[in-house]
Amino acid sequence: MLVSNIEIIPGKRIAKHLGLVQGNTVRTKHLGRDLMAGLKNIFGGELKGYTELLNDAREEAVQRMMQQAESMGANAIINVRFSTSSVAAGAAELFAYGTAVILE
Amino acid sequence: MIDLIVFLVLLALGYVFGRFAESRHFKSIQQREQEFAGVLAFSERLPPPSMAHREVALVGGNVVISVDYFKMIAAGLRSLFGGRVRAFESLTERARREALLRMKQEARDLGAQMVVNVKLETASISKGNKGQVGAVEVYAYGTALIEQALT
Repeated sequence: MLVSNIEIIPGKRIAKHLGLVQGNTVRTKHLGRDLMAGLKNIFGGELKGYTELLNDAREEAVQRMMQQAESMGANAIINVRFSTSSVAAGAAELFAYGTAVILE
Repeated sequence: MIDLIVFLVLLALGYVFGRFAESRHFKSIQQREQEFAGVLAFSERLPPPSMAHREVALVGGNVVISVDYFKMIAAGLRSLFGGRVRAFESLTERARREALLRMKQEARDLGAQMVVNVKLETASISKGNKGQVGAVEVYAYGTALIEQALT
């Protein structure tokens, strides 16, 4: 499965557009990480726990998007975009969407 | 009285450690920016025609950077008068440059020398109480153009 955020795949022709595919995940931080983050809020610096958490979450959103595309019979997703929103206090939704296509 | 002492201690800790962490981070960013100077990042939507026959892959990098206590207070004071909040400007700048560097790292690991259609996304991760900004997350992503010989 080819995933890209440009509108065309260089050197390949798009045989068929299959429409929008999407994947999302809502994650919340856990207590231990939150305690560390609270401390870091005094000293400043990178919150490695959160960086990891969001990275994993984004990967999962992409995975889900890919699953959906696969079930539609696509072999590539183009024009992928990411979006983040905080749903409730301490929870964030990560959302990935793109256009599923069949490449020749 | 105790409250005031605690407040001042936190302020001093935030100032000293925050400053230290920030200058160290900027130094490391500058150093790595030189290191990754060979990986070009463009916000151009499509790859240049000469690069049209490369393999593509989605690459991205993210970072979450926390504010320190001093910055939080400084920004709080600033919001009384309005104007530029330098304390937060440097924070977001750091986060953005770091995210771009991580994206470039991923691109270079794949053997790419160019990343096109780079998008940056910023989200504030609030601690939930009082709606204060606890940390800022920046995610940079783009499409890496990979030399076919390497794949």
